[in-house]
Amino acid sequence: MATYSTNQFKNGLKIILDNDPCSITENNVVKPGKGQAFNKIKARNLRTGRVLERTFKSTESVEAADVDEMNVEYLYSDGEYWHFMEPSSFEQYAADAIAVGETAKWIKGQEVCVMMLWNGEPLSITPPNFVELAVAQTDPGLKGDTAQGATKPATLETGSEVKVPLFIDEGDILKIDTRTGEYVSRA
Amino acid sequence: MSENNWRTQASNEILLERALMLKNIRAFFDDKNIVEVETPLLSHASTTDPHLDSLQSRFRGDVCYLNTSPEYAMKRLLAGWGKPIYQICKAFRDDELGANHNPEFTLLEWYRPGYNMQQLMAELADLVSVLCCSSDRAVGGISIMKKPTFDYISYQQAFERFVGINPHQATASECHQAALTNNVEIPQGLGTGDGELTGWMDWLLTQLVLPEFKKDGFTFLYDYPASQCALAKITLNENQMLVAKRFELFFGENELANGFHELTDPDEQLRRFKLENQTRQLLGKDCGNIDVNFLAALEHGLPDCSGVAMGLDRFLMVLTKTMDIKQVLSFSWNDA
Repeated sequence: MATYSTNQFKNGLKIILDNDPCSITENNVVKPGKGQAFNKIKARNLRTGRVLERTFKSTESVEAADVDEMNVEYLYSDGEYWHFMEPSSFEQYAADAIAVGETAKWIKGQEVCVMMLWNGEPLSITPPNFVELAVAQTDPGLKGDTAQGATKPATLETGSEVKVPLFIDEGDILKIDTRTGEYVSRA
Repeated sequence: MSENNWRTQASNEILLERALMLKNIRAFFDDKNIVEVETPLLSHASTTDPHLDSLQSRFRGDVCYLNTSPEYAMKRLLAGWGKPIYQICKAFRDDELGANHNPEFTLLEWYRPGYNMQQLMAELADLVSVLCCSSDRAVGGISIMKKPTFDYISYQQAFERFVGINPHQATASECHQAALTNNVEIPQGLGTGDGELTGWMDWLLTQLVLPEFKKDGFTFLYDYPASQCALAKITLNENQMLVAKRFELFFGENELANGFHELTDPDEQLRRFKLENQTRQLLGKDCGNIDVNFLAALEHGLPDCSGVAMGLDRFLMVLTKTMDIKQVLSFSWNDA
């Protein structure tokens, strides 16, 4: 079992806390004068996203989390699992709804996503920063309405809803920023 | 390490405040005819303190060490000379990095032959008052610490009042119990064996005692448990308990200075060095290289004296009301 000592703690280090993989987001040494030092850390649980606070006696060791990242191509969803493929080995991975999370709103197939794996199992999927998706449904914009910045809702082919300018029609292909969930332009 | 961080992260006002602080410190000691000295930063010896680690360097391929404080060398001067001396120098400690720590930092350290702990605490309070009152002459109002206040509390009073235990008698499991009673988080790795007692004291100090200190004033904590004597003399207090004549100065919860009525007995010093090295081994650390020249100086005879070291970067944080040590350093570790 690989471990890290508290003197190896730094932001981004992946460790196991409460049996879950976590990423350290803050590490502070608490040291009363010449005495025993303690490491007070904040860490984000990579499965649930929750932030934990912990204190360790310095020189204590903590189990390392075997977390990897790789680029994978999205293939399809069978309703229960989302299937991805590593393009050089053709190895396929099935990610459940918890791992896919919000990413499901933005992918329809063939997108290259970043998959985080823990002990070889998909932990989280991050979509590309920009995706191109067709408009499935939107109300027609009112002719002559030229108000700057006016928007209307549109439903995309993946089922997610975004705010779009009034001139967008059904069937248009849109470029979306997945980090903000906002319309960027027509593709 | 980010690219192109060539500029200092400290403001011009803070750089000027540092220069003024150094000038004021030198004037304070000059007025009292205390001599400024310099001692080597690079040494054949390393610290034996279980909770400090010396940074290593090499000379002609042989390992040598950067000092964690100038204490041993200054006491060698004192043993030969017997006059009060002070030094402003850099000290280096491995694995210390955070809002209050930089691996390289500036220390003011001075020694007063013939002074006991109370006399040196009083002189430190004088210096702090002078520095606070004269801090913003040049730089225009970045400090508002005009009339500093000083509280004095013994380690025993502090623990009886804020933790509910007598620190000179408590065991590790009583400390553990006190943590539970007071709803204090239990750090991972802190057990209840005898070897963990000082770890518990340190933890309870940070969690229950220091938060009770006046937020915008200075507090002296003195008469430490004998188990935390470091290089201080051990004597009996008025309740016939063994206490170390050691003190620390805090501003709010932040430690600024550590002082001792100095141990002068070479046999006891050697015994403590060996004990500290045993503790280092238990912690899985390398033993410190004991400074034999320092022991020889004690054999020759160190005058009865008290000494104190104050972290000047942290003191500058107090003067300038900054919360991160990076803000008072020209270049902190990430940009050094």
